[in-house]
Amino acid sequence: MKVKKSKADPKGVLTGAHFLDGDYALAEGALAAGCRFFGGYPITPSTETAERFSARIPTVGGVFIQMEDELGSIASLIGASWGGLKAMTVTSGPGFSLMQENIGLACMMETPLVIANVQRGGPSTGLPTLTGQQDMMQARWGSHGDYRIIALSPDSPQECFNLTIEAFNLSETYRVPVFVMTDECVGHMHEKVVIPPAEEIEVVERKWYTGPKDKYLPYKSDKDGIPFMVKTGDGYRFHTTGLTHDERGYPVIDAQCQKVNVQHLIDKIENNEDKIIQFEEDQTDDAEVVVLSYGITSRVAVKAVQKARKAGIKTGTIRLITVWPFPEKKIEKIAKKAKAIVVPEINAGQVFYEVDRCSRNKCSVVHVPHLGGWVHDPDDIFKAIKEAAK
Amino acid sequence: MTKKQPIKNPVEKILRMDRIPHIWCSGCGIGTVVTSFAEALRKENADLDNIAVVSGIGCTGRVAGYTKLDSFHTTHGRAVPFATGLKLANPKTKVVVFSGDGDISGIGGNHLIHAARRNMDMMVICVNNFNYAMTGGQVAATTPLDANASTAPFGNFEYPFNLPYLVEAAGGTYVARWTALHLRRVTKSIQEALNRRGFSFIEVITPCVTLYARRNRLGDGLNLLKYYYDKSEIQHNADTKDLNISYQGKLIVGKFVDKEKPTFLDAMNQHLAKKLGDKYQPYGEEKND
Repeated sequence: MKVKKSKADPKGVLTGAHFLDGDYALAEGALAAGCRFFGGYPITPSTETAERFSARIPTVGGVFIQMEDELGSIASLIGASWGGLKAMTVTSGPGFSLMQENIGLACMMETPLVIANVQRGGPSTGLPTLTGQQDMMQARWGSHGDYRIIALSPDSPQECFNLTIEAFNLSETYRVPVFVMTDECVGHMHEKVVIPPAEEIEVVERKWYTGPKDKYLPYKSDKDGIPFMVKTGDGYRFHTTGLTHDERGYPVIDAQCQKVNVQHLIDKIENNEDKIIQFEEDQTDDAEVVVLSYGITSRVAVKAVQKARKAGIKTGTIRLITVWPFPEKKIEKIAKKAKAIVVPEINAGQVFYEVDRCSRNKCSVVHVPHLGGWVHDPDDIFKAIKEAAK
Repeated sequence: MTKKQPIKNPVEKILRMDRIPHIWCSGCGIGTVVTSFAEALRKENADLDNIAVVSGIGCTGRVAGYTKLDSFHTTHGRAVPFATGLKLANPKTKVVVFSGDGDISGIGGNHLIHAARRNMDMMVICVNNFNYAMTGGQVAATTPLDANASTAPFGNFEYPFNLPYLVEAAGGTYVARWTALHLRRVTKSIQEALNRRGFSFIEVITPCVTLYARRNRLGDGLNLLKYYYDKSEIQHNADTKDLNISYQGKLIVGKFVDKEKPTFLDAMNQHLAKKLGDKYQPYGEEKND
C-alpha cells in the first residue's frame, strides 16, 4: 500500500495518563487521529463520546454539530469527509440501524469515515443501559447490496483510544467506513488510559490526488487498488454518486459496470486482509480447546480459561481485534489442530456462525450465547470448555 | 474558406456536456431551472471551483450529475445534511442543494427544517412538480387537494405543505417561490442567494408533463406554462401563511423573506469565543461574494 504517514497534530493529543471510560477514550482517540468533524445524535450508552468531543473541539479547532437524527449525522459525515476533514460519529443499536442506508452510500462513494457503535441489548429499544454484542452481523451486512467494511472490537478504554486511531488510519488507507464495535461495558468502564506524545502517534494522511486537473478520474484505482481522492473546492469539479458508476464517477446502469464497481469494493478489502486483520492468541499451539472471543467477552473468558487450565484442559485463546474482515485462514488452521473452538459472545449466535463456517467441519464449534444485559458467568464458558474437551 | 465555429450555448460551461442528452422528459421544467442556475452563475461571474451542488434522489436529484461543479448525487432525503457536513468541513464553498419536493420536503423534511433553524449557510433550490415523478407519479407532501396521483387514484385528500410558510417558520432567512415560467426571476433569486449568507430557499413550481399533467388531463408543457401565466400572481413580501396551493388554483409567487441572522458558523464562532476567550480556536471562514 502507498500510505503516507505523519505524526499526529499535537493540538488534538491529550498526552498523559488518564482515568477515562471507554466512551471518552473514543473521543480522545478521534482527536488524536486528526478527526475535526463530529456529527452526532444522542443515544445511550454512547452519548458521552459526543459530549467529550463537543467539550474538547473548541480549543482544538474543528466542528461538533448535534444533528437532528442519525440519518442526518451519517450524511453529514460523508459530506464533511468530501469537504476534506476526518469525520466521526458515535451511536448505539437503534441509531446504527438508522445509519445503514448511508453506510452503503459511504461505501459506494469510497468515503473515509469512522463510526463507533457502543452496543446495547436489542432488538428494538431493548436494553438502553445494558450491554450486548448483537450488532456484529449488522456491522457486516447491515446496508443493502454487496460491499466490504472494516470492524474493530476494543476490550478496554485504552484499546478504545488505540483502535479509534487505527480505525481512522484504515479508513483513510482503504477509503472505506470503519466501525469501532465496542459495547456498554467497555464504554462505561473507567480504566487507566495512557495517551502518548503526539510524535509517537502515527496517522495516515488521505490519499490526495495531485496530478493535472483535467486528468482526474475519481474512481480510477491506483496500482494499489485504491483511487486517489480530492476534496470540494480544489478545482477538480468532480462528480460522485451512489449509483453504480464508472471511473469518472458517472452513473452506468448495467451489469457489466456493476461487476467492476462492486467487485472493486470487495477486492480492495479482501485483497488486503492480511494487512488489516489483527488478533491476539495465547497457547493455541497444543490446545485441545480454543476459546475465541472479542470485546468485553474476551475479558470474562480469561477467568474460564484459567480455570480450565487448572483443571488440566489444554486451553488456548484467540481474541479478535479485527472482526471484519474475518480471520478465515487462522480459524481454518486452528480447526485442523484443536478438538473444539468455544465461542462465547453476547448474542444468540453471530460471529459463532462465521467460526463454524471457517472451521470447515474440522473440529466442533460450540457457541456460548448470552442474550444481553450482562456479561457471561465465566462458569458457563468453563462448562462449555470442559464439555468440548471430552 | 474559414470553418464555421459552432455556436456554444453559454450554459455549457457549467454542464457536463459528456453526459448530455439528459434523462428528463420533453416539457419537464427541471432543465429550465438548471438553465436559470447556470445563467445566475454566469451573470455573477461566480468562482465555479468553489460551488458545490448536492442532490438527493428523484428527477431533480439528477441535477448534480449534469452540473460541471463539485457535485454529489446522494441518498433520498439526505442532500441537506450531506450539504451541512460539506459546508462545515469546507466553509469557503458555496453549497447548493438542488432537489425535488419529495426529496426535500417528504423524506427529507426533518433535515430541511433543522437546516433552516440553524440558518445553515446554503441555498436550497426545491423543484416542486407536485408528485413523485421518478417512481411514476405518486402522491407527495406537495400534491394539491383533489389532484390525482398513482397512489391517490381517487384524488388526493391529504393537506399539502405550504413550503415557504414551513421554511420561514423554521427559521429560513431567504424564501422565494417562482414557477418555471419565471425564468428571469428564478435567475435573479439564485443570484441573490449566491450573494447572501444563511439559509436560502427557492421553490420553483415546474411542469411534470409525463405523470402529473397526463394523469390529471392538464395537457402538455405549454398548457401548464399557460396555467402558470394565467394563475400566478407576484406578491413580494406576502405573508407566507397565505401561500397554499390549491388544485389548478392561484399561484402566489415572489420573494417573501429576506433577512439577516447569524449563520450556524457565525453563531458558533461568536458564542464560543465569548465563552472561551483566547482558548477558543476560531473555525472556518465562509465565502461572502
